[in-house]
Amino acid sequence: MISDARGRKPAARYTDPYLAGIGIGLVLLAAYVLVGRGLGASGAFASVVATGTAAVQGTARAAAAPATAPYLQQGLSSLLGDWLVLELAGVVAGGFLSAWMAGRTRRGIVHGPRIDGRQRLYAAVSGGVLMGFGAKLARGCTSGQALTGGALLSTGSWIFIAACFATGYALAPAARRLWR
Amino acid sequence: MSPLSETGILGPAGVLLTAPLIGFAFGWFLERGGLGDARKLAGQFYFTDLTVFKVLFSALLTAMLGAFWLDRFGLLDLELVYLPETFVLPQAAGGVLFGAGFLVGGLCPGTSCVAAAAGRIDGLGIIGGMLLGVAGFNAAFDWIAPFYDSTALGAVTFTDMAGISRGAGVALVTAIALAGFAVASRLERQRP
Repeated sequence: MISDARGRKPAARYTDPYLAGIGIGLVLLAAYVLVGRGLGASGAFASVVATGTAAVQGTARAAAAPATAPYLQQGLSSLLGDWLVLELAGVVAGGFLSAWMAGRTRRGIVHGPRIDGRQRLYAAVSGGVLMGFGAKLARGCTSGQALTGGALLSTGSWIFIAACFATGYALAPAARRLWR
Repeated sequence: MSPLSETGILGPAGVLLTAPLIGFAFGWFLERGGLGDARKLAGQFYFTDLTVFKVLFSALLTAMLGAFWLDRFGLLDLELVYLPETFVLPQAAGGVLFGAGFLVGGLCPGTSCVAAAAGRIDGLGIIGGMLLGVAGFNAAFDWIAPFYDSTALGAVTFTDMAGISRGAGVALVTAIALAGFAVASRLERQRP
């Protein structure tokens, strides 16, 4: 259910998942062919954090620290020349236009029937922290590691896919209250 | 011959220009498929909605088969496509943390941006949490670095490691995915 959703005309149905998947697969293939790399998301978050750290701590210090140095090769302006940051900006624009054209843009909090919006936000932030840390450790997320590396048969990508979904299913009964 | 960025047809400015276009199409198809809805994604873990599996694996299959055959026909040189490096234990541990976060958060990094773009505040919550998680990782990096750099195998495919041909690996993944699709449709038919 969506809290705060006022009655409006019903949104359009979603596209068949296999068709949407083939569309994403062709986009990924286009990325391989055009720029020799794949899709990503968590890498853009890492760039944003590194730039924010540089703004707070000073560029010299952040650019010398091993955790943030790779994202600051052109200093603070690295962000605007970062392929993944520009790509993720495109994801936001594409997601918005698709939702808007389908009548699905709506301000609200999506949550399970047994929790309220505030509890959902705590869970969302907690989940985000785990994913941010996990994606850094794994050097990628569902986009850059599972999808992009998986399609290239990367060993580490398939280790990531297996560990990610095995954990999700193993812990699902314990998290049931959040969703069911 | 491609990748165009490696064969000199696409210069640095051209490469950057592709980023928002590729991202736009990615975000468009994610939203079209319903992947901006946290409950739909979480349903994957309770076998009530298998959209994540279907989208992820049909996308993976399309890109894998496309890249394999373009390489075979000499239109794409897969040696020049960036292959993520393998670090066995960090990627296994990262996958465990990420899977737990995916279950609790209901959206992954890319889909949280789609959810936020459509107005969902929980998508913004995931984005904020992600930034905190990355910052925490960076803050603890000196302590994590030995583990982060451990069990490095380099840029390697599982077909190289198993000593089988790339084609055999592609066939294996295709067979597993098709079997998964069949199981998914059977599970859906059993649902009341």
